[in-house]
Amino acid sequence: MSRSVPGSFAVAWLAPLIALLIAAVVGDILILSFGQSPGDVYRLLLEGTWGNAYGLGQVLYKATTLTFTGLAVALGLRAGLFNIGAEGQLAAGGFAAALAGLAVPATTPAFLAVPLCVVAAAMGGGIVGAVPGALKARFGASEVIVTIMLNFVVLALLNWLVAARLHVGESLHTPPINAGAVPRLADLAPAFHGSAANTTIVLAILTAAAVGWYLFRTRAGYDLRATGLQPDAAEYGGIRVGAVRFRALTLAGALAGLGGVNYVLGYKHYYEEGFASGSGFLGIAVALVGRNHPAGVPIAALLFATISQGGLAVNAIVPKQMVEVLTAVVIIAVAVTVPEVQRLAAAGRRVA
Amino acid sequence: MIILAFIVQTLRIATPYLLAASGGLLSERAGIIALTLEGWMLTSAFCAALGAHYAQSPWVGLLCGVAGGIVAAALHAVASIRYRANQVVVGIAINLLAIGTTRFFLRLAFDSSSNSPRVPGFDWFTSSGAGAGGVLDTLASLLNPLVVAGLLALPVVGWLLANLPLGLRIRAVGEKPEAAESLGVDPARVRWVAVLAAGALTSLGGVYLALDQHQFTDNMTAGRGFIALAAVIFGNWRPARVAIACVLFAAAETLQIQLQGLQLVPSQFVEMIPYLLTIVALAGIVGRAVPPAALGKPTA
Amino acid sequence: MSTSPESGRERPATGATGSRVTSHEPRLLVATGVRKAFGSVEANRNASLEVARGEIHALVGENGAGKSTLMRILAGLHAPDDGRVELDGRDVTGWSTRQAIDAGVGMVHQHFMLVPTLTVAENLVLGREPRRGARLDRAAARAEVETLGTRTGLVVAPDRLVSDLSVGEAQRVEVLKVLWRGARLLILDEPTAVLSPPEVKDLWGVLRRLTAEGSTVVLITHKLDEVMEISDTVTVMRAGETVGRIATRDASPAAIARMMVGREVRLATDRPEAGGSGPQDEPSHDSRAMSRAALDVKALVVASGRGDDAVRGVSFAIPPGEVFGIAGVEGNGQSELVEAIAGLRRVSSGTIHLGARDITSLGMRERGDAGLSHIPEDRHRRGLVLDYAIADNLILGRQHHFTRRGVLDRGAIAANAATQVAGFDIRPPDPRLPAAALSGGNQQKVVIAREMGREFPVLLACQPTRGVDVGAIEFIHARIRAAAAAGRAVLLVSADLVEVLALADRVAVMYDGRFVTVLPRAQASAAVLGPYMTGLAGRGATTP
Repeated sequence: MSRSVPGSFAVAWLAPLIALLIAAVVGDILILSFGQSPGDVYRLLLEGTWGNAYGLGQVLYKATTLTFTGLAVALGLRAGLFNIGAEGQLAAGGFAAALAGLAVPATTPAFLAVPLCVVAAAMGGGIVGAVPGALKARFGASEVIVTIMLNFVVLALLNWLVAARLHVGESLHTPPINAGAVPRLADLAPAFHGSAANTTIVLAILTAAAVGWYLFRTRAGYDLRATGLQPDAAEYGGIRVGAVRFRALTLAGALAGLGGVNYVLGYKHYYEEGFASGSGFLGIAVALVGRNHPAGVPIAALLFATISQGGLAVNAIVPKQMVEVLTAVVIIAVAVTVPEVQRLAAAGRRVA
Repeated sequence: MIILAFIVQTLRIATPYLLAASGGLLSERAGIIALTLEGWMLTSAFCAALGAHYAQSPWVGLLCGVAGGIVAAALHAVASIRYRANQVVVGIAINLLAIGTTRFFLRLAFDSSSNSPRVPGFDWFTSSGAGAGGVLDTLASLLNPLVVAGLLALPVVGWLLANLPLGLRIRAVGEKPEAAESLGVDPARVRWVAVLAAGALTSLGGVYLALDQHQFTDNMTAGRGFIALAAVIFGNWRPARVAIACVLFAAAETLQIQLQGLQLVPSQFVEMIPYLLTIVALAGIVGRAVPPAALGKPTA
Repeated sequence: MSTSPESGRERPATGATGSRVTSHEPRLLVATGVRKAFGSVEANRNASLEVARGEIHALVGENGAGKSTLMRILAGLHAPDDGRVELDGRDVTGWSTRQAIDAGVGMVHQHFMLVPTLTVAENLVLGREPRRGARLDRAAARAEVETLGTRTGLVVAPDRLVSDLSVGEAQRVEVLKVLWRGARLLILDEPTAVLSPPEVKDLWGVLRRLTAEGSTVVLITHKLDEVMEISDTVTVMRAGETVGRIATRDASPAAIARMMVGREVRLATDRPEAGGSGPQDEPSHDSRAMSRAALDVKALVVASGRGDDAVRGVSFAIPPGEVFGIAGVEGNGQSELVEAIAGLRRVSSGTIHLGARDITSLGMRERGDAGLSHIPEDRHRRGLVLDYAIADNLILGRQHHFTRRGVLDRGAIAANAATQVAGFDIRPPDPRLPAAALSGGNQQKVVIAREMGREFPVLLACQPTRGVDVGAIEFIHARIRAAAAAGRAVLLVSADLVEVLALADRVAVMYDGRFVTVLPRAQASAAVLGPYMTGLAGRGATTP
């Protein structure tokens, strides 16, 4: 009975807000250490992101990938599992999409080629997610360690495949896909010209909605959340906990894998070594700040995409690496403030 | 001669693993997940390069590196012990923080986004004539205080855990902190001591990297912290086995480097070995790895 | 987080309080007006305690009365929100465990505070290690275990790992730990809950010897026979408050029980005879035995997960309309037996039939659909998803009946919740509240509503009233009687012998994984069953 009742809506969002404030303070210190004015830097950051169509396009592009990896982490956490393997899953998804796009003839109509490549991306990520899922379900192996270690294995394997079999000339990428490319936003609104933003963002929004529906409206979601909250009660309730965990990590892998669509089908049209770099860990930040909620994840993804793109915008006056620091500070601050805020809220209820 | 060269190179590659794994072992036995080894090493490598550069002394570099490692460890301790934050989240964030801050200050201090200037290292005995390559030269390259520290680190940590009252308390706190608490042992304090000591030990690995290569380069740890963590898990949290795992992983790397010309096995497959072995160990396919019971759990 | 406060509970009706006795002996420990809250749950409201030097003082109360919390405050594990604690006239309110230990106050916890991966000697000296130079002096630690063991009669091999010890041996180590630290005041939290009867006798011997040497003992228990047998003084707590303190020689079990629950209790002997106040059409015992068994268990063997068998060949059959009770000291295989029948644990050999159907290898869901209901022994761990709404908890295990093509049928779930909340008087009657927000009694009502608010030929009721308030106990007992009267077969497992005798038509005693006796209710009594429960009678007996 010592469990605290989960915080109210306000409490849920208070912690991320405090975390952002802490990050802003740290940012000020870094900016001052470089001899610049924080006000100038933040203004430049906003202008370079939301202030023009190109910057906004870049933000939307980055937010699309982060929505997928954020959902991959959030779905795992809802099942009580920490999926740190989103980076490897994303890379595998991108690679699978590129393979599918290379395998089909150039004349394949888009309505066939695009779904084929999208399904391939989900399967590629799903297979990578299924490994820790199976080891967790079968042997109880810590998914934290397995997903971390598997990232290295998957990336090394893909690097080898590209280097040994598929690369173009002196590059680290595959040849461009024959079919399956999706339109850029610039094709619809020319103001976005030059930005990587593409229609995969629609897939991201639909996927977030689908995850929400799955978690809260279906029996599988009921089973998944029960497993995450109280595995013993889930087992008592006739839920096959091992199977649910396997399914959750496989689905999480598929979600991260779908993120590969954004790069391969929407932007570069080929798989390139290192394209997923950092997106997995940022997905953890996105899930945390988004409170593991399918509605919160895209918002948090926009936030981190803004910070990331903003780094490039201010690079002329402060090193863009500042935003890497800020991102890490946000994660630590959220991790610290969430339990703290809940404790204070509980104390507040007692006094009230 | 080839065998000697193989052994020496293996030991040099193993040094950062042994140092970081000894820190990781200490931290994990106290119940704090050691996902941060990478970040601690990177921070200390940067601080070591900074100190060695400005003082033109490897010893100042060593001191700065250890200080940097302890500061990074203290940050981890504040978040996961004092504030009981999720240790996995904090660990990952500290690794990101280390990458970001070292890059930021690399720009600030050396106005470079890739590497620091050349810094002095511990190479008193290596002959200046490059490529001399005699047996003595090969052996002399081991006469580095950090290589020696690497060889001693795990035996010392193992002895400490087994024979000191503090070691007993660390084992108790990692396994069942409430039992220690009921006897008047403050689990948070024991964990603080263990994490700070782990930070210091791990930082020696980072210092070694920077001084051995005579510079700091961006993200120069390149996953070594995770290999050290893999060694801790593959070694089933026992000092002797962890040491064997470190040397084993290093030997595989050495073999790959020395046989590179023959193209027998792609380097990517050698890279995978530590990670695959760890996954196999966790799955319990060969001798199940059992972590300390209170690993990752905050204390009251 | 590791320290769970006593369950939240409803306020009992204020009833009779025991007469206070003023003590003339020198008082070693005095606690007054102690208040302690965990979150929104007030575990202690106005708790007090006076312990005289050299006595054995029993602290009694129902589950959740706040006994353990008060003791943890005395031992320095919690600081009180309010109130005062004095030892030898010195104010020690809010001290630390270290200070408590140094002052000679030691606590033996209900859940052992031992590190399983350390040896007995290491556990003994943890926190106060003998040293040789800077090193831990292992030889000295080992010698301490042996010396102390010889002096007190608590013998344990010093180099054994605690994970290899039996429960009784582990408790010996706990007591040794406290004595070695020079405890003059020993606090024991429900020490007999896990002990076999001979081990209990040994413990009483040790405690008497200690008090004879000048130590003082505070014993938490809710077993009144133990209170009468061992204690000098009794303090009674109810709902976080101290409601009385009397000398044991002036007390009767009935009087103490009255103070514990705040009003008259119906002891087992008050049970209405079958047919007396029950439904008129209740069939006679003979005809029931002739009819087909609703639950038929044959030669069941279940592994314990520790390398041996927890259930070693148990057979029984329950006809419709019968309550079959299993009594016994906890840890004799009752939990494993029920879990095997429920489908939570694999069966090594033997069969389980539900009516004519063999369910031995069916999954949980199929068993539920076949008509098996199960009130699990631990509602916080198994019976409820505490963060789920009441409505969602009311479909746990039957969620597939509230689903249309994979999608939850919210309308049906809400309708079901409305019916059950009203039918089982769950308060507050808001199905959207998380189960965690309810009191222990109302949480249990959610479980009961889910398991009994539907068609079920067989009910497994495991510790159905543990940690719930008196009102809920009566409600639950009435439901179980009504279910039997309506022709359902009930398997009742309870650590509370009074409860078994109050409800069961037949009583089996389980000891060391076997039924050592099965008796009709008329022949069963605490006096008859006691020797079986303690393993003194019926060893090697086969199941009828």
